[in-house]
Amino acid sequence: MTGLNQILQRARRSDRGAYWFILPYVIFFCAFVAYPLVFSLILVFHRWNIVTPMEWIGLKNFDRLIGDVLFYRSLLNTLTFLAIHIPLQVVVALALALLLNAGVRGRGLFRALYFLPVVVSGVAVTILWQQIYSYDYGILNNILHAAGLPPVPWLVDPRLAMPSIAIMATWKNVGIYIVLFLVGLQNIPRDLYEAANLDGASPFKQFRYVTLPMLNPTIVVIVVLSTIGGFSLFIEPYVLTGGGPMQSTLSGMLYIYNQAFSFGHMGYAATLGFVYALVILGVVVLQRRVIESEMSS
Amino acid sequence: MKSVLKYAVLVAGAVLFSYPFLWMLAGSLKPELEIASLNILSGNFSLQSYAQVLLKIPIARAFLNSIIVSAATTASVVFFGSMVGYALARLRFLGSKTLYTLILFTMTIPFQIVLIPQYILMVKLGWTDTYLALIAPTMMSAFGIILFRQFFMAIPQALIDAARIDGCSELMILFRIIWPLSRPVIITVALLTFMANWNEVLWPLMVVREQSLMTMPQIVTIFTTGGQAETQLGYLLAAATLLSLPVIIAYAFFQRYFIESMASSGLKG
Repeated sequence: MTGLNQILQRARRSDRGAYWFILPYVIFFCAFVAYPLVFSLILVFHRWNIVTPMEWIGLKNFDRLIGDVLFYRSLLNTLTFLAIHIPLQVVVALALALLLNAGVRGRGLFRALYFLPVVVSGVAVTILWQQIYSYDYGILNNILHAAGLPPVPWLVDPRLAMPSIAIMATWKNVGIYIVLFLVGLQNIPRDLYEAANLDGASPFKQFRYVTLPMLNPTIVVIVVLSTIGGFSLFIEPYVLTGGGPMQSTLSGMLYIYNQAFSFGHMGYAATLGFVYALVILGVVVLQRRVIESEMSS
Repeated sequence: MKSVLKYAVLVAGAVLFSYPFLWMLAGSLKPELEIASLNILSGNFSLQSYAQVLLKIPIARAFLNSIIVSAATTASVVFFGSMVGYALARLRFLGSKTLYTLILFTMTIPFQIVLIPQYILMVKLGWTDTYLALIAPTMMSAFGIILFRQFFMAIPQALIDAARIDGCSELMILFRIIWPLSRPVIITVALLTFMANWNEVLWPLMVVREQSLMTMPQIVTIFTTGGQAETQLGYLLAAATLLSLPVIIAYAFFQRYFIESMASSGLKG
């Protein structure tokens, strides 16, 4: 009874009107967060194309997923993307941020130009890179030709297509991470470097033992954000390659989309989304652990 | 010597990130045969490709649709987000901790899991091929609420107390007293929301099939993948330029706000 009394008492001490402030969000939450979450748990046990009635099939969607070559292919493609995208992103962003942080003239202008691809729509960037990577008239192969080198089948060779997309995505997003690194660098207290100087630490050692550990939180943020972004990869392969050649750029998101909208397999698409969500959460938790223990050792 | 090298790298970076856009703009103005050239200038600039794009797809209408959808979403995210943020930061009510936890939890849900159920919800409500489908699911943002809450927590209590003694309602306090003090966070939330909506393609592709309701990136995507561009590079580049230009112009004027908003979002997210 005391518990109930306490609750009633707290309810009485509540500010008048507070509930009106949160009511719109509560309605929104129920409709667009809670309901879809619950519904996804129902969908994964059904076969459904939206038009005909839902059909309960137990765990068959999961059975199918375990034996689905394309699911593994899309997962592998996403991991390939991340394996190239994340290290490249961190190294390029950190290098440019360190240069910008070393007291250069025109810092604001450089920063603004590096950030430009971030604000432009991904579709426009993808159309642009389609021309950059084009085998016959692409900018890159034109440059190679001028240097007397043979053309490279950037998007045509299944081994190169995903790495090419990873490079393009890095070009598009690196500006965000330069800015994040700049904020991180400015938050490092000056006296840490002064102390390191007094101890006679070389610039490299200062970087290794002062700068890098102090940037640890920034690196965690960057790795996590790039990972979530990588798993959401959709429009780039959709426009550039349609998932080809030979499924080599079929991303997880593109595969879910195809299952739902090319084949009308809503239950299976929801199952894929469900499993991908678990994979993402697992990967992100793992990354945090690894980076944090790596940096503290 | 060292500083020369430093500037060489920085300038190379600047060229790497901005030259392709210049090439895109130039390519959209050049005749088909000259586009492949690395040289940006040409004696044969014309608006031919743009005329063709305008003829083939209702891109002006799509531009208007994008404005309507992004503006409505942004207004809603700022309005309702600041209300919830204020309640969480400054009002006492039963369940405030639960609500806060729930909102943090919402932010950790990967969107892949709710995407298909959300689409089905739109179908069931009969909202596909309406503005509602494009606006309603993004009308509020957990992230926006968290940003507002953080900012409002730092506002002095004395200010709020004084207003209460003067007989202001909580709603008046929020919009007359707190809002004018909250320009930075309002700009951040508004800009991030607007940008995210303006550039969104996946969701419109799912819920809109009717050409007159398509958003700008969506219609350009369909123009590119659907064969309407007839593999004419000039048409594609003109469409891409039309799509990028509004954002680049806004960025040229409010560059600082764009960068600061992104920076604060990344660190707190």
